[in-house]
Amino acid sequence: MRLEAELRAKRDAGRKLLVPYVTGGLGDRWVDVVAALAAAGADAIEVGIPFSDPVMDGPTIQEASQAALEGGVTPQGVVGALADSDAGVPLVVMTYYNPVLHAGHERFAAALAAAGVDGAIVPDLPVDELDGWGDAADAQGVETVLLAAPTTTDGRLAEICARSKGFIYGVSLLGVTGERRALSDMALTMGKRLKEATDLPALLGVGVSTPEQAVEAAAAADGVIVGSALVRRLLDGGGPEEAGAFVATLRAALDRG
Amino acid sequence: MSLARGAGARLEGTGPEPEGLGRFGSFGGRFIPETLVAALEELEREFRAAWGDASFRDELAALLTTYAGRPTPVTECHRLSERLGVRLLLKREDLTHTGSHKINNVLGQALLTQRMGKTRVIAETGAGQHGVATATACALFGLDCTVFMGAVDVERQALNVFRMRLLGAEVVPVHSGSATLKDAINETLRDWVATVEDTHYCVGSVVGPHPFPWIVREFQRVVGDEAREQCREILGGADPDVVVACVGGGSNAMGTFAGFTETGARLVGVEAGGLGLDSGKHGASVARGVPGVLHGARSLYLQDEEGQIKEAHSISAGLDYPGVGPEHAYFAEMGRAEYHNATDDEALEAIRLLSQTEGIIPALEPAHALAWLSAVAGSGVPSGSTVLVTLSGRGDKDAAQVARHFGEGDLE
Ligand SMILES: Cc1ncc(COP(=O)(O)O)c(C=O)c1O
Repeated sequence: MRLEAELRAKRDAGRKLLVPYVTGGLGDRWVDVVAALAAAGADAIEVGIPFSDPVMDGPTIQEASQAALEGGVTPQGVVGALADSDAGVPLVVMTYYNPVLHAGHERFAAALAAAGVDGAIVPDLPVDELDGWGDAADAQGVETVLLAAPTTTDGRLAEICARSKGFIYGVSLLGVTGERRALSDMALTMGKRLKEATDLPALLGVGVSTPEQAVEAAAAADGVIVGSALVRRLLDGGGPEEAGAFVATLRAALDRG
Repeated sequence: MSLARGAGARLEGTGPEPEGLGRFGSFGGRFIPETLVAALEELEREFRAAWGDASFRDELAALLTTYAGRPTPVTECHRLSERLGVRLLLKREDLTHTGSHKINNVLGQALLTQRMGKTRVIAETGAGQHGVATATACALFGLDCTVFMGAVDVERQALNVFRMRLLGAEVVPVHSGSATLKDAINETLRDWVATVEDTHYCVGSVVGPHPFPWIVREFQRVVGDEAREQCREILGGADPDVVVACVGGGSNAMGTFAGFTETGARLVGVEAGGLGLDSGKHGASVARGVPGVLHGARSLYLQDEEGQIKEAHSISAGLDYPGVGPEHAYFAEMGRAEYHNATDDEALEAIRLLSQTEGIIPALEPAHALAWLSAVAGSGVPSGSTVLVTLSGRGDKDAAQVARHFGEGDLE
């Protein structure tokens, strides 16, 4: 339970949590990017396993996934590379459900555990379909983070919070991943609902794009997840240095509050 | 009961509900982002109430009669029957308004959209027939309409793109992935995640998350329910020996099968054989797919060793999908239906065959069903058998593409 324990401890110490997302297999130096994010102040790192049909992702992460797949990356390749990395912060993979199902729940969970991956986010596996994967992940000590959306009813939110592990991922708007000019009003409402519903670390993600937006969202919750804004910098040719520098600006803004 | 034209469409049948959370055996389910769960729950509630409500059925039946032109006839094909050595009957969905079975489902979902108080409809389309049907219903009901279509399909179905735009719909070409039906569905789902509060996703086949496979089968069962009664009139009370339909996502096939599951008829779905199964370029998801989850449902999908979804290939945009609806996966597993395939070339030949023996130009999709029959008549389907084939759509949309394949050059 390292993911939840570490995030909770930092949160309780008064720190706003920062979880950047990077697409696994994007470019030759993506493992160095992961290390750079950790060094720049990430509290955990979300690593996307590229999938052919990423329905929760907007153009930026679609492009990154496609580029990584064309580069020949596989789920095993991403997980294997994480085993050799030494980021020093908890790692969470983000994967669509089909690659998990295809590998087999037990096998996939065991591979994550063996690679030292702490958690998993499966955006097309809502709480009512969680059982098979959830049991396999639990057995291996892999924490499955569930998502809550602005459309989630209060009844479902309670169930999601009860079954989420590691943290709870609040979707900050109606829509798929991608940068937005401003934070949605829904982000603040989402943060408030999560804080009322659970004591799990509550993070807001999807659309959080700038240090200002991160600060605004983090004020309503325990922290933020930032994906497309980082991935776009990598697609534009940035490497570990640029990625680390961007995350450092997010970290500094969150620490200033 | 009479199903002569003018007697009006009747909606009496009801098929089995899926079990649990949309399960057909181990297939089906609701594997979608949390954002969409509330909308799918609302849709399920609304459909269950509507489908059990005689006034909803009457309203839909009236639309199917006065607007869509139901019931469609069953035509006995005398010349082609003689050629094939079987007794061939065609269920004529090509004669509906907009030219394919897709209108049956869309009119039902348009009524549901109204009941839910939503004002905008989105849809994916492959061949463009579902897009045209959706644009048509939206024009009729005064709903905003956006149709997502793979860029490759926008090319090969240009006529339907024009029809949709003329009907007032916005057509959005999708360039991601293989730029065909699978990618159009991805993009429609992405739109829906952002617009779900005022928008209904009118899914065009028996695919997608629960409750869509169930709803679309129920709205398409009118095809099979009508055909069963019509066949009995023609065959002196008997059911056909074999019932055949093409399978893309599987809605015309499942709608047809629904009318015959309680009979002794052999049910046959015909998938896209493309350039041949061993070429790897085909759409034969039952024959070559493995269980997986895509677009919200556990079913059979074409995928690689890592669980990445493969691109399908078919000359026919409507069959160019690397998966099949979950109830078909279940029927295949149970052995209640068999699934075969026909290649691009065989489908083209079948277009010529039906056109020249019966004066009916079929769409490329149902041409696959005819192609399979013509290949196995006298062997896999014994001589003298009675066979019903669902002619799911007419060939106008494919004229330019087929002309090119027949070496007739460019029609434009
Ligand atoms: C005429 C026609 N038949 C069949 C299909 C395939 O769809 P389904 O398998 O859902 O009937 C299409 C799809 O576009 C079509 O236009």
